[in-house]
Amino acid sequence: MENYIKIEFPSKSCNEAFARAAAGAFASQLDITVEELADIKTAVSEAITNAIVHGYAGIRGVVEMQCRISGRTIEITVIDKGRGIADIALAMQPLYSGSDDEERSGMGFTVMQSFMDTLHVESQVGVGTTVTMTKKVGAIFDD
Amino acid sequence: MEMRLEYLGSTLVAKLDGELDQSCAAEIRERIDNEINLHGITNLVMDFNNVSFMDSSGIGVLIGRYKQIKARGGKMLVIRTQPQVDKVIELAGLKRIMDFD
Repeated sequence: MENYIKIEFPSKSCNEAFARAAAGAFASQLDITVEELADIKTAVSEAITNAIVHGYAGIRGVVEMQCRISGRTIEITVIDKGRGIADIALAMQPLYSGSDDEERSGMGFTVMQSFMDTLHVESQVGVGTTVTMTKKVGAIFDD
Repeated sequence: MEMRLEYLGSTLVAKLDGELDQSCAAEIRERIDNEINLHGITNLVMDFNNVSFMDSSGIGVLIGRYKQIKARGGKMLVIRTQPQVDKVIELAGLKRIMDFD
């Protein structure tokens, strides 16, 4: 199957729930298990939260989400044009938080990495961040 | 997300309902912390039976409350987590630190 969606929305926290629900609904076109669907929604929630909390940290911007189905693989791309990440390797370390809020757990990238098959982060300070992640689903439905 | 608070002596039972993410994490933690301070709470039970979704924002909420309760010499118990919530909790390693049912 080949299909895609592209949506954009302002960087408001209330759109986190919308974005993960939209990604989940789109992924549901595939034969997919309940657990795989939950994994995708959780990973999307982390990527969108990062874009809103870190990318646009206190300022309003636009978050774009693209979801693409290619065969049995779903690819999700989350793009912000916010402040960017200076040190991607550091930001991706478990428990590292780029926020002053001491109750951000610093687990966002770890969740994305664990719940998806691949995770790729591109970022430039002052330009923005693009997070791309993929997951092959539905192997359980084979034969 | 909705939250109902009940008291059993010095134990606070927080019954969460809905999806726990960054959009509501700050409010949840402030309400619980206020109750802890206001009512001299020593133990905390967090009931996740009606929580259909949680991301890593919820991990921050759990760790923060755990630290508060521990500083008061109390106990914290997290009960009735759904599979999606459980997976996030497991990944964060909270099962090695906190008590779950």
